Amino acid sequence: MALLLKDGAVAEDAWVVVGDDDAAAVPEGAVIVSLDRWRRDRAALSARNTALGIRLKSSQLAAEIAADLDRFTLVVLDFPVFRDGRPFSTARELREHHGFTGEIRASGHVLPDQYQFLVRTGFNTVVVGEGANLASWRHALSEISVAYQAALSAEQPLSNLRRRLDPSGS
Amino acid sequence: MSHLQAGHYQYDEIDRRFLTERVEQFRRQVERRIAGELSEAEFRPIRLMNGLYLQLHAYMLRVAVPYGVLSSAQLRQLASIGRQYDRGYGHFTTRQNLQFNWIKLVDVPAILNDLAKVDMHAIQTSGNCIRNVTTDQFAGAAADEVVDPRVYAEIIRQWSTLHPEFTFLPRKFKIAITGATTDRAAIAIHDVGIRARALGQGAVGFDIFVGGGLGRSPFLAKSLRAELPQADLLAYLEAILRIYNQYGRRDNIYKARIKILVHEVGIDALREQIDAEFERIRGPKYRLDPEIVESIRAHFASPPFEDLPAKSPAFEAALARDAVFARWAEINTVAHRQAGYAAVTISLKPPGGIPGDATSDQMDAVADLAERFSFGELRVTHEQNLVLAHVRRDDLRALWQELGKHGLDTANAGLIGDIIACPGLDYCALASARSISLAQQISARFADPEQQHLIGELKIKMSGCINACGHHHVGHIGVLGVDKHGVETYQITVGGSAADDAVLGAVVGPAVGYDEVVAKIGRLVDAYLELRAPGERFVDTVARLGVKAFREKAYGTAA
Amino acid sequence: MARPADGLKVVSANRLDSGAVVWLAADDQWQHHIAVASVFEGATAEAALERAKASAATGVVVDPSLIDVTLENGAPRAVRPRERIRSLGPSVRADLGVQAGRRQ
Repeated sequence: MALLLKDGAVAEDAWVVVGDDDAAAVPEGAVIVSLDRWRRDRAALSARNTALGIRLKSSQLAAEIAADLDRFTLVVLDFPVFRDGRPFSTARELREHHGFTGEIRASGHVLPDQYQFLVRTGFNTVVVGEGANLASWRHALSEISVAYQAALSAEQPLSNLRRRLDPSGS
Repeated sequence: MSHLQAGHYQYDEIDRRFLTERVEQFRRQVERRIAGELSEAEFRPIRLMNGLYLQLHAYMLRVAVPYGVLSSAQLRQLASIGRQYDRGYGHFTTRQNLQFNWIKLVDVPAILNDLAKVDMHAIQTSGNCIRNVTTDQFAGAAADEVVDPRVYAEIIRQWSTLHPEFTFLPRKFKIAITGATTDRAAIAIHDVGIRARALGQGAVGFDIFVGGGLGRSPFLAKSLRAELPQADLLAYLEAILRIYNQYGRRDNIYKARIKILVHEVGIDALREQIDAEFERIRGPKYRLDPEIVESIRAHFASPPFEDLPAKSPAFEAALARDAVFARWAEINTVAHRQAGYAAVTISLKPPGGIPGDATSDQMDAVADLAERFSFGELRVTHEQNLVLAHVRRDDLRALWQELGKHGLDTANAGLIGDIIACPGLDYCALASARSISLAQQISARFADPEQQHLIGELKIKMSGCINACGHHHVGHIGVLGVDKHGVETYQITVGGSAADDAVLGAVVGPAVGYDEVVAKIGRLVDAYLELRAPGERFVDTVARLGVKAFREKAYGTAA
Repeated sequence: MARPADGLKVVSANRLDSGAVVWLAADDQWQHHIAVASVFEGATAEAALERAKASAATGVVVDPSLIDVTLENGAPRAVRPRERIRSLGPSVRADLGVQAGRRQ
């Protein structure tokens, strides 16, 4: 069972991931669908009266869902491997250019060492494996308290280059 | 720890807090690796982001020397680390950094802690992130300087430090900046090259070039934007990096640099994308405040120069009576913007020596000399030498005599003995062939100062593999080592240049074996001496006559 | 000189903690001198590499691999220049590495 982390702590996950298989019925409640599934079943998914989340591969950039963003309350950005840094830009574009205010969630292969980068580029939550060292994840949020560039997390500008990071304020 | 004030960014409590936290973070990362929480595949990018490689014989730690500027105190600390944790020496690189070759992983947290005591680190000296920004080694001193590039190099250094969005790029990203009329920062061979210019009425602007780089597919950077206003520097860099992060290729490590994106998309289409992103980003959040620029500029204020006459009678007299000193002064000093001063290159290329290596004792000696003669500040050059940027002409002879006591008085800056060479197969895990030992043989063969002087400016650059850390493509003579069925084999090019007339060299003949390289270079030099017109440098003669003339002379064939 | 086609192999890696070059020797112990490395052929080489990878998985060594060798007076010697330099030390610094005779 994967765990959902929010602000460094395990949080309840009310979302159900739906596969791309047409035959499988979409369960009640909040569901996450892939971009392919959304494009195929757009009408049916839109007709549901529950929250909808969308999952993007790292190669699927923000522009692909920009026009539909008001339909989603959650965007999941998948890291096929932690070295693939595209989702950092995608998250930032969703927040800064497209004004997305819902939840942005990281899934796939991510490391605690990236947690602060995720928060600073606009992610709220991270899906981690069950065996993850939660202490490492929790600690990662407060390891570094100074930043040298503008970003998206709660932070107190010291100048327009430097910032005090506030791990409690995201 | 006190530093002298001249020309050096002074850390404050915030910078120090950051560095301390970063050291602790890496200490825990090492612990997690040793405990097995991190696999080698996961740890590797993390250690690389801290400049730590696993090389042939041990770990190698690459210490950042931001834009090549060091204080005496910092150089002494490097000397001390070399003694305590390495084998009493270090290697200065073509990226103005310093490498230690015999490091143990378990010692690295302590080493980083020692570095932090003098405001140094190894952050982003490797990995797929924005690397150490490089610049003109004569910044703040050169007579032809228009804008001091260190101010903007420092701003870019800060902005790029642990950038949350751009730390897992498709590949490494190198930025160089120059502010002089002569480009000594080789901006044409960087992912982004910046030429800072005075736009009139005190305004500074930047010409931005993109997509330069050597390696397997060498490209010279193309013009992306002219006269970018100072306030937009970071917004524009954010736009370039964001487009690269999203669209740069990740399927093939050899096609992942931005130069390939430029090549495949085309400079005009890429400019459109970047400009569109820039227009979206541009705004108060990313605007570079003039107050910030001025507060950083204050760190790079001129040292307290004395009011001196342009001509130094003591220096003139020394020139007249000591021909050996006069030759060194002619070759290893350049004009300074301040009357009565000169900028001095300390060659780390003694005949038969290892290019760029300095012992801990030599580092200590140079630190002392920098304090005595150059306001306690020195530079590392991309040609793997050191520079004392502000020496009184009156003091040049005394400095030269002191340098001689430590084997640092070689008069060959820019000459055939001043060879750039990567560590090659003797140290590097990526290398295909040796490069250091060939450089040693070449500099020994051309050790005679008379002969070097006769040959004039000739830049030999050697790489031990296709990654081109030795910049062989832009050597007047370039040597590339490859592995041909387990045998070290070398391809020789001529006519390259990394300066304002940047051009990639052309292959001059069939590849040769290890034992033939020195003789071939000897024949190329002979050909030049025979063919040159008055006043021509080697590279000028190649440009005038073409590669074929040299091939015929050196290889005895027109093929 | 014998050819690598002889198919003789040794297993080499670097120690995780120190980075030092090591060679798989008797009783699957990691040693600093190639001269004492166990020499394998064919399937036994692959099996030895698998044991070395297990050692890597426990965090003792990093990046184990098979290295071509020839036998000289009964002792293995690396075939390729790269591995020869790894087994000795930098060719440009005879005072450093295993060749210098100092303990690593």
